Amino acid sequence: MGKHEHGTHSLDRRHHHAGQDAPSDLTLRVKALESLLVEKGLVDPAALDVLIDAYEHKIGPRNGARVVAKAWIDPAYRKRLFNDATAAIAELGYTGRQGEHMVALENTAKVHNLVVCTLCSCYPLPVLGLPPVWYKSSPYRSRAVIDPRGVLHELGLELPDDVEVRVWDSTSEVRYLVVPERPAGTEQLSEEQLAALVTRDAMIGVAKVAPPA
Amino acid sequence: MNSVHDMGGMHGLGPIEYEKDEPVFHAQWEARAFALTVVMGAWGKWNIDAGRHARESIPGPEYLRMSYYEKWLTGLESLAVRQGLITETELASGRPAPGSEKRTPPVNADTVARNLRKGVPVTRDLPVTPRFKAGQRVRAKNLHPTGHTRLPRYARGKLGVIERDHGVHVFPDSNAHFRGENPQHLYSVRFTATELWGDEAKGSDSVALDLWDDHLEPA
Repeated sequence: MGKHEHGTHSLDRRHHHAGQDAPSDLTLRVKALESLLVEKGLVDPAALDVLIDAYEHKIGPRNGARVVAKAWIDPAYRKRLFNDATAAIAELGYTGRQGEHMVALENTAKVHNLVVCTLCSCYPLPVLGLPPVWYKSSPYRSRAVIDPRGVLHELGLELPDDVEVRVWDSTSEVRYLVVPERPAGTEQLSEEQLAALVTRDAMIGVAKVAPPA
Repeated sequence: MNSVHDMGGMHGLGPIEYEKDEPVFHAQWEARAFALTVVMGAWGKWNIDAGRHARESIPGPEYLRMSYYEKWLTGLESLAVRQGLITETELASGRPAPGSEKRTPPVNADTVARNLRKGVPVTRDLPVTPRFKAGQRVRAKNLHPTGHTRLPRYARGKLGVIERDHGVHVFPDSNAHFRGENPQHLYSVRFTATELWGDEAKGSDSVALDLWDDHLEPA
């Protein structure tokens, strides 16, 4: 089954799972905690607004896509990226929380890299933003290491038998960014146009970058 | 601790539920719970490892039932109480104890973005000698600590090869319990799929984990 068919279905199911704690209970519980922490002078509510806005509007997979596109067109940058990803990514202005120690992984016609965090939800925030629910979910965390090809199949990616699959379990503060293969037929595209092709899923390693339509 | 959070290699946890065009947060309370957890960390009363340990200490059945940010909220509440920033009574009532002092938050709207860009590096510039080198065969120790560890069960006792030395990193297994940073070399260690999962696994495939000196022994 192709992943794009799961859409609304999964949303319904997740809400069903959360049934024992209706969203309103959690809303009230968080509101109560926030108001307590603000009243005690432990939290500045304006700082929360700034932080939420940053992750909703500034820090997301478009950042990583710019890194990948630059690596595709600029051989010197590509070399720096695989040599010291933290510094190369910082050149584009992406630094900080949960991207302090970056490593870039090169997908080729023969090697496919896939990133997971089996123990929690570690994810390279400055380049990909906050992780999607499926990445943080038990099914992905449990099976990505024991059955990566099955997981990829479930997410709509079939890999030939002669491709080597390398799974990276994010057990430390090192964060991994997959640099997917540049699709054929993109020789004439600008860096910006290339970046527009790069998806979050390709930078986790659960998809390839599709050629332009 | 051998709890359900250490789920690498388990079967039976259901299909992967992919949501197309997923929003960053699915509800306002998720965004607030996330942001509260981040800014409360700035008090320096705990560290990232203690934060993870608080969430993995949620009893297994609850851990599996809760949504992601409910775990974060539960972890934050328990750390804030345990580290003395709030009391159980205040948490239950939602009101500060009468006469408690009002403090000044360590981060505000002006400083939060800068902190975010700076991050919290965990490498330490210390002359710690590495116990292993790239290319060396190692065995992950067969450890079953009741506290925090970043050595997953599925790799314990298994043979791997050191692929790269990441340098000297804080050791989460002690740091999570405020028993010191115990900085030591961290390595990317590659295990073949057949070593981890048996002969049925595909021979060419592998899993790389980041493991510390204290997780490894020569093989």
